Order: sequence, then structure tokens, then C-alpha cells
Amino acid sequence: MTNKLHPALIVFTVFVFFFLVGPLIIVVGSALSDTTYLTFPPQGLSLRWFENIFQISAFRRTIITSLQIAFLSTFIALLIGIPAAYALNRYRIQLPGWLSTLFILPVLVPELVLGFSLLKNVATQFDAPIFLSLVIGHTLLVLPYVVRVISASLASFDFSIEEAAISLGSPPLKTFFTILLPNVRSGVIAAFILCFITSINDVSISIFMTGPGISTLPIQILAHMEQFFDPTVASVSVLLMALTVGVMAIVERTLGLTFLAK
Amino acid sequence: MRRFSGWTLATPATLLVVIFLVLPVLATIATTFTTPAGPFATYTSFFSSGFRRTVLWRTIQISAFTTIISLVIGFITAYVVSRAPGWLKSILIIAAVFPLLTGVVVRSFAWLIILGKNGILNSTLLSLGLIAEPVTMLYTQGAVIVAMVYLFVPLMILTLVGVLESIPDDLLQASSSLGAKPSATFLQVILPLAVPGLIVGAVLVFTGSFTAYATPQLLGGESQMVMGTLMYQQAMVTFDWVAASTIAAIMVVITIAVVLLMTRVAKRLNPMAV
Repeated sequence: MTNKLHPALIVFTVFVFFFLVGPLIIVVGSALSDTTYLTFPPQGLSLRWFENIFQISAFRRTIITSLQIAFLSTFIALLIGIPAAYALNRYRIQLPGWLSTLFILPVLVPELVLGFSLLKNVATQFDAPIFLSLVIGHTLLVLPYVVRVISASLASFDFSIEEAAISLGSPPLKTFFTILLPNVRSGVIAAFILCFITSINDVSISIFMTGPGISTLPIQILAHMEQFFDPTVASVSVLLMALTVGVMAIVERTLGLTFLAK
Repeated sequence: MRRFSGWTLATPATLLVVIFLVLPVLATIATTFTTPAGPFATYTSFFSSGFRRTVLWRTIQISAFTTIISLVIGFITAYVVSRAPGWLKSILIIAAVFPLLTGVVVRSFAWLIILGKNGILNSTLLSLGLIAEPVTMLYTQGAVIVAMVYLFVPLMILTLVGVLESIPDDLLQASSSLGAKPSATFLQVILPLAVPGLIVGAVLVFTGSFTAYATPQLLGGESQMVMGTLMYQQAMVTFDWVAASTIAAIMVVITIAVVLLMTRVAKRLNPMAV
């Protein structure tokens, strides 16, 4: 493009990115403050609020629960979502058209409604353990990402390669692992990351399914904020942001940064 | 050689969605029609309560403002980003993706620090002498809207950068070589081609803010109750599950209606699909 941008547009964009990044810098700054209240710029530098996270047992417990749920639900969603995405692409004619709509329903139905309905009609009705209900809820929440991302990778996959392997005598499962999976590798990595991040940050489903003794990290952060307004929450937020940075670094290493632009 | 059929592969995921999403959500909606007082009693009582009508209207207002502001900010920013040189574009896109991958709680919390009574904005304004005493900014409609815009602008930017980049360069060159000024090219070529993308973005933001929970809870509190926070309160504080189900049903209907309506509008307005 040879069209020059109007300077006002550039100034506007600079402001927007300042607006996007500024608040997160403020969170990092307040986490490092040596005061007992939240303040920015930080007064004195200390890491004591990071230590404080691990001294509060509720934070220790919920960090572990959140990680367990994120890994489990992501794993289950990949396990059932990859075959579903494959079926949608490979057997398009055999399967009814509404099936692909069904798999995006968890995005269409408000999360709060899904969480409440799981609580009301599954968890209390069948006395399901809270942990199990959380895993089910999060698996539903992340399933659309798996189906969509893997479908996009499969769109450019040449199914005749797979035909060749099968006609040469390769059993279906082996074909899947040696032919199909390596070809959609980047899709699987992207889906894994999207699912994991979505699960670990979820509030709207989890809020209905935390009970005695079990909770997730975002819900614990909300509960802590109701009682204390100290830098602990800021330092937990920094931990979560560090996790995001780590994940983005993995994307960069394996897929290249341009992947994010898609 | 026996092969897996399409259904065998799709069944586990289908069952999961049907058993744990479709049936429970339908059951929730069904209970609102089977109360002893009659099939529409819960809806009559919802709409006859002034407080609940206010909540619904406030939610619509907040979502509409959030959508419009995000559209304007997102579109201008996406336009600049899509015209930026390669290296800068990558950096800007990372700067937009990062907040998107950061959780709702963290991003709302940031605004709690900024807008609080002793927050950064108040202390800055005080030290500049622009105000004499701290202004109440938290727990206002404005606070909720600002935080929601913050939540959704990255999504809008990323959606629209994709749309703007897919506009063929030839069209823009044709427009300028035929004598159109940059502003005319923008208004008569770029904007109409971006309409379907703008609609997709608007739907995402509107439905997202209409059903939000954490942000209005943290920045609006009790005084700025919206549909999401009201539903949670009914379900988990007063344990009125019929009332909560009614709000759930209204949220589902409005969400799906907006999505269906706007996808139809987007299809009709798409100048590329002749």
C-alpha cells in the first residue's frame, strides 16, 4: 500500500495501545510495591506479596486445582474433538449439516447459563462431585476451539495421502498417528494453548461449581478481593500473566509469531 | 479393511455436547414454563418488576455503548495496524493478543486499581489540581463500560485486522489511480468491504458484554447490577432457581436472536458475495 496514513490516525493508535498495555503494567507495578495497600507507582520494591500467595493455603490449593482442571479438560477435548473435526471434514456428506453447529454451541450459549444449568440439572440432580462437574464444564467450554482449529488445519490436508497409506495396508489407528497427526501438528499445539488459557481463566462456569473445599484460582481471586485490597491479588495476576508470556513464547518457538496474526 | 465411519468418530463429542449442554440448558428453560402459577408467570413477574426491567435496560445500554465504542476504536486501530510495516505489525498484534490471553479477572482488577477512590486516576487528577477531592468512579455505569471496552477492543482489533488484510490491494490501487482521495477510498471501498467483519465483531462484543459476569461484578457491584450478576445473585445468594432460570432463558433468547439476525444482515450486506 502506498497510501500514507494521516498523522492523527497514528496518534490515535498510539493512545489505544497505551490504553491496552498500560493497565497491565500498573498491575505489575503494584505487585512489586512494599506497602500493605495497592498503590502505583510502587513504593519500595519487594517480592513479599509473591511469597504471600504461597502462604495462603487457599491460593496454593486453587492453583493446583486450576492446573489439574485445565490439563484434564484440554486433554479430553483434544481426545474427542480431533476425531470429531476429522469426521466433519472427511465425511462431510455422510454427516448432517447441524453437527458442526452443535460443536460451536458452547460458544453460542452464554457461559453463565451453561454453568448454572450444569449445577442445577447435572451436579445437584445426580450428586456429581464438584471436581468432575468442573472438568465437564471446562471440557464443553474448550471443545469448540479444538473443533474449529483442527478443522482449519484439516482444510489444507490432502486426504489422498491417507488413502495411499490405508491402501498400502496401514491400519486406521497407525495411519492416524503417523500420517494425519503430524500434518495437523501446528493446529494441535494452537488448540492446546487456546484451551488451556481459556480454562485457567474461566469465571462464568466455575463460579457456579465451587463448593466446600474446592475452588479455582480466578474464583479464589474474586473471593480474596472481597475481603482484602492488598497487593496479593496483583502478584497472583502477575503469575497468570507470566503463564501467558510463557505460552506465547511456546507459540513463537514452535509456530512463529506470524501464527498469532491469523 | 474396515474403517471408522464418520459417526463413530463424531459420537463422543456429540454425546458430550448433547448430554451436558443441550439437555441441561433446555431443562433450565423448560422449568420456567412449568411453574404452578402458569406457563408464562415467571416472565410476567420478571417484566412487571421495575427493578428487573431497570437491570435489563441497563444491561442493554452497557452492551450497546461497549459495542459502539469498541467498533470505532477497533476499526481505526485495525486500519492503522494493517497498514503498518511487517515488524511493527507483529509487535502491535502481540500487544493486542497479550491482553486477550490475560484473564477477565486480572484485566478487571487493573481497572479497580486505576478507578478506585485512592486510585491512580484520582491521585493524578488531584496532584494536577484538576479536582479538589476524589471523584467516585467505581461502581458507576461508566466504570463498567470502560472496563468492558478494555476487555473487547483487542478482540475487535484482531477480527478487523484479518478482514482489512483480506481486501485485495488491487481494489485500493484501482480506486486511487482513478482519482479517489484517500478519504474517498476509505469511505467508498474499504468501509463497505469491512462491513461483514464489523458485524461479526459487533456480535461478539454485544453478546459477550450482555452475558458478562466478572467485570460488572467487580466494577459495578450491587449498584450497577446487570443480567449476569442478577442471575448469579438469584441462583447462589437467594436460591430462587426459577427466577435465575428465567434470566437464563432471556439471555439465551437475546443472544441467539442477535447472532441469527446479524449473520443474516452480514450475508445481505456482503458486497463480495454476489
